[in-house]
Amino acid sequence: MTALLKLEGLTREYPGVRANDDVSFSIGAGEVHALLGENGAGKSTLVKMIYGLEKPDAGRMELRGEPYAPVNPQAARAAGVAMVFQHFSLFEALTVAENVALGMENPPKMGELAKSIRDVSETYGLPLDPDRIVGDLSAGERQRVEIIRCLLQDPKLLIMDEPTSVLTPQEVEILFKTLRKLQSEGTSILYISHKLEEIRALCDGATILRLGKVVGECDPKTTTARDMAEMMVGQTLHVPTREAGEAGEVLLKVENLSMASSNPFGTTLKNVSLTLRAGEILGVGGVAGNGQDELLSVLSGEAKTAKGSVTFLGADISNLGPNARRKIGVLAAPEERLGHAAAPNMSLTENAVLTATIRKKLSKNNFVNWRAAEGFAKDVISTFDVRTPGPASAARSLSGGNLQKFVIGREVMQDPKVLVVNQPTWGVDASAAAAIRQALMDLAAQGAGLIVISQDLDELMEISDHFAALNEGRLTAPRPALGLTVDEIGLMMGGAHDMEVADV
Amino acid sequence: MIKFIKRPQPSKFWTLATPLLAVILTMILGGLLFAAMGKDPFEAIRTIFWDPLFNPQFAGYSRPQLLVKAGPLILIAIGLSLGFKAGIWNIGAEGQYIMGALTGAAVGLALYPLEAWWIFPLMIIAGAIGGFVWAMIPAILKTRFNTNEILVSLMLVYVAEQILASAALGALRNPEGNGFPGSRNLSQIEWMSNPELISGTGAHWGVIAALGAVVATYVLLNKHMLGFQIRLTGESPRAARFAGVKDKLLVMFCLGAAGALAGLAGLFEVTGPAGQISIDFGSGYGFTAIIVAFLGRLHPVGILLAGLLLALTFIGGELAQFMLGLPSSAIQVFQGMLLMTLLAMDIVVNYRLTLVKKEVA
Amino acid sequence: MDFGSINPVILLASLMVASTPILLAALGEMVTEKSGVLNLGVEGMMIFGAVCGFIAAVESQSPAIGFLVAAIGGAALSMLFGVLTQIFLTTQVPAGLALTLFGTGLASLLGQNYQGISPPRMPEMHIPLLKDIPFLGPILFEHDAIVYLSILAVFAVWAFLKFTRAGLVLRAVGENHAAAHALGYKVKLVRFAAIGFGGAMAGLGGAYISLVRVPQWTDGITAGIGWIALAIVVFASWKAGRILIGAYLFGGITVLQLNLQAAGAKVPVELLSMSPFLATILVLVVISARRHGASNAPAMLGRIFHTS
Repeated sequence: MTALLKLEGLTREYPGVRANDDVSFSIGAGEVHALLGENGAGKSTLVKMIYGLEKPDAGRMELRGEPYAPVNPQAARAAGVAMVFQHFSLFEALTVAENVALGMENPPKMGELAKSIRDVSETYGLPLDPDRIVGDLSAGERQRVEIIRCLLQDPKLLIMDEPTSVLTPQEVEILFKTLRKLQSEGTSILYISHKLEEIRALCDGATILRLGKVVGECDPKTTTARDMAEMMVGQTLHVPTREAGEAGEVLLKVENLSMASSNPFGTTLKNVSLTLRAGEILGVGGVAGNGQDELLSVLSGEAKTAKGSVTFLGADISNLGPNARRKIGVLAAPEERLGHAAAPNMSLTENAVLTATIRKKLSKNNFVNWRAAEGFAKDVISTFDVRTPGPASAARSLSGGNLQKFVIGREVMQDPKVLVVNQPTWGVDASAAAAIRQALMDLAAQGAGLIVISQDLDELMEISDHFAALNEGRLTAPRPALGLTVDEIGLMMGGAHDMEVADV
Repeated sequence: MIKFIKRPQPSKFWTLATPLLAVILTMILGGLLFAAMGKDPFEAIRTIFWDPLFNPQFAGYSRPQLLVKAGPLILIAIGLSLGFKAGIWNIGAEGQYIMGALTGAAVGLALYPLEAWWIFPLMIIAGAIGGFVWAMIPAILKTRFNTNEILVSLMLVYVAEQILASAALGALRNPEGNGFPGSRNLSQIEWMSNPELISGTGAHWGVIAALGAVVATYVLLNKHMLGFQIRLTGESPRAARFAGVKDKLLVMFCLGAAGALAGLAGLFEVTGPAGQISIDFGSGYGFTAIIVAFLGRLHPVGILLAGLLLALTFIGGELAQFMLGLPSSAIQVFQGMLLMTLLAMDIVVNYRLTLVKKEVA
Repeated sequence: MDFGSINPVILLASLMVASTPILLAALGEMVTEKSGVLNLGVEGMMIFGAVCGFIAAVESQSPAIGFLVAAIGGAALSMLFGVLTQIFLTTQVPAGLALTLFGTGLASLLGQNYQGISPPRMPEMHIPLLKDIPFLGPILFEHDAIVYLSILAVFAVWAFLKFTRAGLVLRAVGENHAAAHALGYKVKLVRFAAIGFGGAMAGLGGAYISLVRVPQWTDGITAGIGWIALAIVVFASWKAGRILIGAYLFGGITVLQLNLQAAGAKVPVELLSMSPFLATILVLVVISARRHGASNAPAMLGRIFHTS
């Protein structure tokens, strides 16, 4: 196979991080090549360089034997490199054809464009009506808009960033058919994912990144998922280390909970049931956008649900708001730090008042006791080693990791009976992440029940007693984490669906 | 090329400095405007900002006027600032002001010629209720039907003006007024008047109420959970929901409080300085108060100072009209310019201006 | 009361005249809002246009020059709003209010020596043949050029937004400014243009009041029409065709209540005078209640765009 794109020694450094370190590999013409790695392994930095959004500090690229150094995405597109982003840049209120036209340098007339969209969508089996409003489309159909926008430019290399993270199993099937057809026509595809089974089903070659470095190449068709996973996470694949503790009393029970998301583009929770006991950590895995935010909101009290669907110590709390739940000890820390868990322009003291007023008695007769609030904020800052000049600093002045420590610490230090956290260590450096996990485990050891929603499987394996996964708003039945294999976890996360259809 | 870089946190220095700078810049721009109109800019500025307070010839009359004008401005602006802080845009204070005056006056006049000490307090309550009810219309429509409160509150100003005209010509017209439009002069009826409390200061009950509102709002915003929730909602609505803020209740409170305060301002005006319900009772305080609220940075103490400053421009403007023939609308332009320069300068509170060389692509 | 004194032909013809200022201003504001900018300064731009147009027309004795200057004046004033919101990143609601307060004052200042003067008459453009259609002819085809122009503008705006590349980009900017920026479109430039167009149209609408509808200059001549225009944009769900309907509806209410006043209807004059504003509130309630949540408003309406 002749190489279409060749990367040699690509290096890209950000302040404090070497996102890519001497990365070299090549993609053959008509090859579907997988780029594998955990979150933070450097996959997105690498593709941004290929697509002209970032420039490498060192190293070179060759496209069809010619030196290739795109200055911007337009240049990359002109050279025949197209990309479908994980988060689409689409205009909801506009039609499919209008969206496609906006992404083209010299679009034809609308009538002709609509025709070529129909042609392409038929050729590649991507049913799509050019006159429909994008806002009414499913995530999969939106992705088709982006793909068609790329295909109309006749690319030689198509980069796809986590394309199946937003798709239903049926849509994955359609997508794979399209990609195989493109491949048969000689188009190369760089396929970024961490879903191992899907890569085994689709890709011809794979490059594995860890901490910015290439740690291995393999033929996914002949390598087991377990072997690839071990390359991804390093030699020490974390298997569950926590033994399920002695089952305490049942604290929180969710029964047959269904709820439509308040966000028109959110995920509907379907028939979610779970039981949380004292001293237990329930890890909830799953690909982003499968109902994580919604699950947190029904547990925090921001969203109210059908009578009897959420009970705490046997009492129905499904109709209680966030403060009423705090009063009885059910606390939560949402994923979005700025603007949800914390108010960006307000001081840490004020942000302490935001959730801790009731349990820490920061107010009397509805008057805020600012001295007590500042004291509590200082406690959180010192206990959780939050790096900041002091409690008077605005939340937005803190780095992501430090603010996360504050937000988690604020809840942990209120002695919750139940704590629900979403992505507790997202974007947090390793030592801080370890500290946060330790704090969560300590809390459980003291008898609280925890639900940890996360996309970081290692994290979940490290701290969970039980593990469940969200998939399109459905929660799998929780299983004891000890003894779960990577393959089994993949199956729970919806890998099962993907594999069934992908092997068709 | 100048670039705006977002500051890690809002600059405290610039938060305080920008209103002062805006006043100075507006004085310069206003001076240029006056010069363009053929007036001596220095004399004009002095006539507006200095003479009313310190020129022995005028100060005797003007100084008390300062509090007379500042009272309603501060009272209304304090109310508006609550909503503005929470991102609730009540711009119909003028209508709430008129309705407060109307209901208060109507209650008083209905009891005429009864004499009792409780009439004036009753009128105060009625005035507050009148403004409150008028502001609850946009509040209920917003919480119930998600109707835009900006437009509804503003439309209600025009409706209130028509009701005012109707009352001045009909229901509340002075039966002994020889057919002239306008109600009885309330300020001359002992049990309904809002007199100057300390001679020579201009301080009437409305000024006391304004000071009370400043203190109460300061306490509310800085010490009370409700005030914290108001600020939190303005900062970040989603975080506010997470903190358990009941957003509909908050809309009702912010609009209702603003309406009640504007209604009070109207009542104190109609029983005091204005004296009666007349067709031209609406004097634009409700709109100027918007400038006061912003110039005061939505902070009670700031609003107190801004209210005094804007009152000064009104009095100085009248003086300049009288002494220099400066048209009254020039002051309106001046006030509009003040708000604009202030808004423009706001950027340095949240952004740092830096000179950057254009990157070579 | 004498309903007989109300002549339906004159009523409907004057409806078109009464609606034209609202139509022009609402159409301009709709384009501004389509780009994601909420300019609450319509009333200020209208009254400023009204005075600019009036002065220019009186001084030049040409209504055409008056309208031209009114459009320029409205656009110039809107640029203040543009600078505030696009360069200084000011919140759009207070910036629009400031524009209205400033524009009202400035108009009053400029117009102080022009009170009580009659402007040159706007010539009527009776359209031959069509005007002879019985009943409809005098209603539709015996007007001045601006009335026809305003209706043409509805079609022009509709076609511009629907069929042209520039219109598509404008809508894209109002829908998702970050994505538009990522695709290489100049968000602020587009918004400046849209703000300027809104200002020019508001200026034209204002001048129509001072030059044709009243025709005179007095302080506060626009009397809330700019605000009604803002409400019409909401009523019309940001669609050009519905702007026409909305404007004519409100023009109709205005004309009808004026005629009822003149005919001495047994309804209080004040109630009639407030009826357009009450109707506006009613319409806003109906529209917002019906479309709970998902509205047709541009997604970026009122949001600040800043690339760091």
